[in-house]
Amino acid sequence: MPEPISPKAETGNGVPLVEMRGISKAYPGCLANDSIDLKLHSGGVHALLGENGAGKSTLVKILYGLLASDSGEIHWQGEPVHISSPAVARELGIAMVFQHFSLFDSLNVLENIALGMDVDADDALEQRISDVSTRYGLPLDPRRSVYSLSVGERQRIEIVRCLLQDPRLLIMDEPTSVLTPAEVSELFATLKRLAEEGMAILYISHKLEEIRQLCDEATILRLGRKVAEADPRAESARSLASLMMGSEVPLMQAKRQADVGEVLLALDELSLPAVDNHDIALKNLHLQVRAGQIVGIAGVAGNGQDELLQALSGERRLAQAEALTLCGEAVGRQGAALRRQKGLCCVPEERLGHAAVPSLSLSENAFLTAHHRKSLGFSWFTSASRSRRFAREIIERFNVQCHGPQSLASSLSGGNLQKFIVGREILQAPRVLVVSQPTWGVDAGAALAIHEALRELADQGAAVLMISQDLDELMQNCEYIGALCAGRLSDFHRVQDITVQQVGLLMGGEQLSGVEA
Amino acid sequence: MNETLMLTVLTIITAATPLVYAAIGELVVERSGVLNLGVEGMMLAGAVCSFAVAHHTGSATLAILAGLLAGMLLASIFAFLTLSLQSSQVATGLALTIFGIGLSALLGQSLVGIAFAGLPSLHIPWLSDLPVVGRLLFSHDVLVYGSFAIVLLVSWFLNRSRAGLVLRAVGDSHDAAHALGIKVIRVRYMATLFGGACAGLGGAYLSLVYTPMWAENMSAGRGWIALALVVFAVWQPGRLLLGAYLFGGISILQLHGQALGINVPSQLMSMLPYLTTILVLVLISRDRGRIRRNAPASIGQSFYPTS
Repeated sequence: MPEPISPKAETGNGVPLVEMRGISKAYPGCLANDSIDLKLHSGGVHALLGENGAGKSTLVKILYGLLASDSGEIHWQGEPVHISSPAVARELGIAMVFQHFSLFDSLNVLENIALGMDVDADDALEQRISDVSTRYGLPLDPRRSVYSLSVGERQRIEIVRCLLQDPRLLIMDEPTSVLTPAEVSELFATLKRLAEEGMAILYISHKLEEIRQLCDEATILRLGRKVAEADPRAESARSLASLMMGSEVPLMQAKRQADVGEVLLALDELSLPAVDNHDIALKNLHLQVRAGQIVGIAGVAGNGQDELLQALSGERRLAQAEALTLCGEAVGRQGAALRRQKGLCCVPEERLGHAAVPSLSLSENAFLTAHHRKSLGFSWFTSASRSRRFAREIIERFNVQCHGPQSLASSLSGGNLQKFIVGREILQAPRVLVVSQPTWGVDAGAALAIHEALRELADQGAAVLMISQDLDELMQNCEYIGALCAGRLSDFHRVQDITVQQVGLLMGGEQLSGVEA
Repeated sequence: MNETLMLTVLTIITAATPLVYAAIGELVVERSGVLNLGVEGMMLAGAVCSFAVAHHTGSATLAILAGLLAGMLLASIFAFLTLSLQSSQVATGLALTIFGIGLSALLGQSLVGIAFAGLPSLHIPWLSDLPVVGRLLFSHDVLVYGSFAIVLLVSWFLNRSRAGLVLRAVGDSHDAAHALGIKVIRVRYMATLFGGACAGLGGAYLSLVYTPMWAENMSAGRGWIALALVVFAVWQPGRLLLGAYLFGGISILQLHGQALGINVPSQLMSMLPYLTTILVLVLISRDRGRIRRNAPASIGQSFYPTS
């Protein structure tokens, strides 16, 4: 294992600010952290790098006292400490900026900070906020209401709140996932300034370019294990990607020759404006999916996947009808029900509350999306018996473990409900099926069944668009793969011609050179 | 000053005061994220209890106290059901109103038709003796002064005190407040009880001053007006006071208008107070930012504490 290469580590007094030794944490059915070591030095920006599910969040939650580790110890300036709660962590001088902020929209900046710090929202605090925000280049008007602020400004509130507590170690959990490029460079200037003043910063991310710009040490996690320590400035994005993703070649299926079918789904300059601060705007997406093809869209959550699904399903209508073509017909301005009638079915990411109504039975949930294509009712009436029969058919075909069509959707386990939902759409024999995160949080057996069903659907001549964060899933099932990054689609490449590492680059918004598109 | 005009102004004050009480209490309740639709019921309970105590003891102080406690008692039932047992706030509030109407009618059976002298006006030396101004501003009963004091107090509490900040935070996002370690349920209990006490006082004013007697269902929908006032005033105490006086003023003026024989159908005249109040408050509250800053985002939602 390579030694950490950090000039700052050697210039200091040699004792790291924090040292985590042999940290392990198991969840039922998965080992989230497997004996991980981590050393952080004052004045250094340390990257914690890894894919989704690599165990980064678990590790920092243990450091911040939100989770208890099963084994391992933490040393603070050489002394063993027991961090039992966030209050203890704050006492030591650890501050954390979370990925999802808990702010009060109707209150102003000053009031939000006062609530989080147990002090009064008075002029003295306002003065301290202005001081910190001018000193570190974090422009913030203490009297502005939070609802009127951009996501970047909201994050500044959290950072200022942390800085007001004079921390020795600042943990940032994927801070740039919600920021614009301009906001990212502002944030980086601030973080570099803080490190120069002697603060230790632990920076969690999977964006390789960022880490190369900002960090001087990196610990790379994969599947709960520490796989490497590296100096990100000495590595290329490509070499970091291969460390992060591992170099195993994913299992290749025999690929179908699927370039011959007619184009069933086409996106032409599809754009969708952001509705509010939390939204990603989709910008000029181009894509064609032919009959018999499975096309995969990779990307880190929050880069426009939800918006893309809404634009395709018809939950949000497009300004231009021609931006979305279904079997040759421009359907951009049509709503979800009409698109579904014409053969475009969707499986959204969120199972309970979006794909299924938790408090309704399976047969009622089956009726909700399939009533037209499977004739489960006549004009204004519903047919309970036909809905039940259809639900039973899904349950049998997809081996859904449940008591029967009358079971409530909320009573099923995640994997079983997902099989039911995917099955409900597949049995409607759609011309085009859009699935988002089809096997997210689903056990391996169910995932295999879902993948098989999707391939079978494509073999029967449907076009399948798969949006997923799971690269292995995409590499195994798709013929073409591209990535969504900050609302833009990359070029699409044949799976045979592209490596996992290259997909990682696409996900980070980079273009591949020398690969035939 | 014209004697009729003077009397009109004085009646406007008595018409507005019960609304001010009921609405300012509900404003605090809603700011904490709780929607209590039982204002009408709590007002009636306050009215019948304070009238009964006034009739039996003759003490105005005890009567006011009884009204306050009766409102609080009903509110505590609501708080227990919605906050501790997480029942639906809308359904429970409606039930509370129906319960209050029935309970007050039952308790008040023997009190119908009895008259009461009314609350004594406070006599402030020198000030009350001033011409015109003395009668207009300084010769009211204690509840009228109390209503102004309470609006000022609530306004200060919400905007200037830390406890008020905590209350607004709870109303905005109970999950974020819980994450900060704020006791969401406790804050909401206290707000709900305060709202009940205020509604009870509003009811007490009805049966002790406005029409010093007890009649079944005597609040005649004022609890609902109070609820509407809170929303149309965008949860701001100052606007709420304005709205209550606008409503009280126009309902009295249109009565005078009818008495004077203005040739407009009486039904239309009776509509006026509702119409004008809503129109004026909507027009002055068009600012979306004001709504975002003041409307409690988590209103009506049950809070399920996690961990």
